[in-house]
Amino acid sequence: MDTRRSDHHTWRKFKSALASTTAFVSAVLVITPLALVFFHLLINGASSLNWDFFTKLPGPVGAVGGGMANAIVGSLELLALAGAIGIPVGVLGGVYLAEYGSARINSVLRFLADVLNGVPSITWGMVVYGLVVLRFKGFSAYAGGLALGLIMIPLILRTTEEVILLVPNGYREAALALGVSRWKTIVHIVMKTASKGIITGILLALARVGGETAPLLFTAFGNRFWNHSLSQPIAALPLQVFTYAISPYDDWHRQAWAGALVLVTGIFCVNVLVRILTRGRGASIV
Amino acid sequence: MATPERSVAERVEQRPESLPSEEAVPARTFEVRSMSIWYGEKRAIDNVSLDVASNAVTAIIGPSGCGKSTFLRALNRMHELTPKTRMEGKVLLHGEDLYSSGIDPAIVRRRVGMVFQKSNPFPTMTVGENVVIGLRLNGVRNQKFLNERLERSLRMAALWDEVKDDLHKPGTSLSGGQQQRLCIARALAVEPEVILMDEPCSALDPIATAKIEELINELKTKYTIVTVTHNMQQAGRISDYTAFFYLGRLIEFGPTTKIFTNPAEKQTEDYITGRFG
Repeated sequence: MDTRRSDHHTWRKFKSALASTTAFVSAVLVITPLALVFFHLLINGASSLNWDFFTKLPGPVGAVGGGMANAIVGSLELLALAGAIGIPVGVLGGVYLAEYGSARINSVLRFLADVLNGVPSITWGMVVYGLVVLRFKGFSAYAGGLALGLIMIPLILRTTEEVILLVPNGYREAALALGVSRWKTIVHIVMKTASKGIITGILLALARVGGETAPLLFTAFGNRFWNHSLSQPIAALPLQVFTYAISPYDDWHRQAWAGALVLVTGIFCVNVLVRILTRGRGASIV
Repeated sequence: MATPERSVAERVEQRPESLPSEEAVPARTFEVRSMSIWYGEKRAIDNVSLDVASNAVTAIIGPSGCGKSTFLRALNRMHELTPKTRMEGKVLLHGEDLYSSGIDPAIVRRRVGMVFQKSNPFPTMTVGENVVIGLRLNGVRNQKFLNERLERSLRMAALWDEVKDDLHKPGTSLSGGQQQRLCIARALAVEPEVILMDEPCSALDPIATAKIEELINELKTKYTIVTVTHNMQQAGRISDYTAFFYLGRLIEFGPTTKIFTNPAEKQTEDYITGRFG
């Protein structure tokens, strides 16, 4: 009896050790590519990062030097345009799904939003090319911002809906019982309680579209100079990295690495910001 | 909303001193007539009629699922938040039908406040903000008025002395009993005529419970109070009238002393003596 129990015990300990080892190896496998990518970028890109890179326009074709100032500013402008479209529509849509509407229609909308989240980003570029670029006969910052904004909508919509549903019903009831209208309850009580979660969703969506290249190929198009009008083509960091990476010049290859490093660092910073926000002091529940 | 926010603000600010008790007080605050409520196909309240006396505590008792919370929530139309509810009958507040068309539920809830089972101060707000949020969101901007109302509401909720130095701390930093009194202060700040309480002490320890009970006893000089309770001793201690509900029906209603010492119905007696429920 005792020996049998001991055998069983050994076998259980073995299974436990096997499971935890497998889990550990998997975790290492997940982290390794991230570390490799980051170190590779550092090795290849850091040497080309200098003051010129952040302040100068791209040099003439074939010449050594120049920078990506226009692409960095262009990316920020595109993100602002995308946010102007994606944030209000996404947040309000998420509020609608969580607070209004009938259960059946909402489950259809939710399903459609999930399908949209899975649409390849180049498809959005083609859609905006057909709808905007062809109609207005030109690539523009507006078209690029619209493409990125459309990608943001379903992302923000779903995260907003989820964090709003996490707000306990007791807070809604408490506000309504004070004679506060439904809409004011949603804005001042529910959304305020969920504000950290909503902002987190917005930041993650911005980080996601900030690195998108494909939807900008036939919309923002890229530009080797400063953009002076949003109805003109505009440069963007991922687009510039793409163009330089497939060029035949060694100096452009080095600048492409540097651009990728700046891009990854930016997205990394946004994610750190999200971590800080979500840690918080516990004043807000989500 | 039917009433513009400005007029609400004026209504509240113009008569800061007028309390319901100073008006000509009718003997009855609520007159409930043939109330029936359905959740979908399920009938939760079955043809209930009763009068709620003014400036008194009316306790609603009965086993779980007997409809006592539904009845309470129907007194300020909170039950309408549950989808697919249907209601028949009348609820008159000082003679005015709360369910006649054209009456905004938000206005009803401003007149008939509510305190919930689980204390629910808003987690994003300080103690002070929690108290005046009802006034703020109803359009009151006058800071001096808000400060006066803040202190008065907290004093009435017997919380002022404990939190007067902590008004800028988060509302959720208070103890459980203090949070519940904060919720009472929040309800009092919009100057309702009635306060509904849905098992306000069921999540509190005996000392916090005693404080709330004492508070209810003081508040009834100015307000009409209707409370649901699972605790028979509590109903006996705090209430002037007791209504016993069973399976959605009002079985017996009368002065608490009579219900507890000499109930007319066998079911009431069985429930009070603990034979079921």
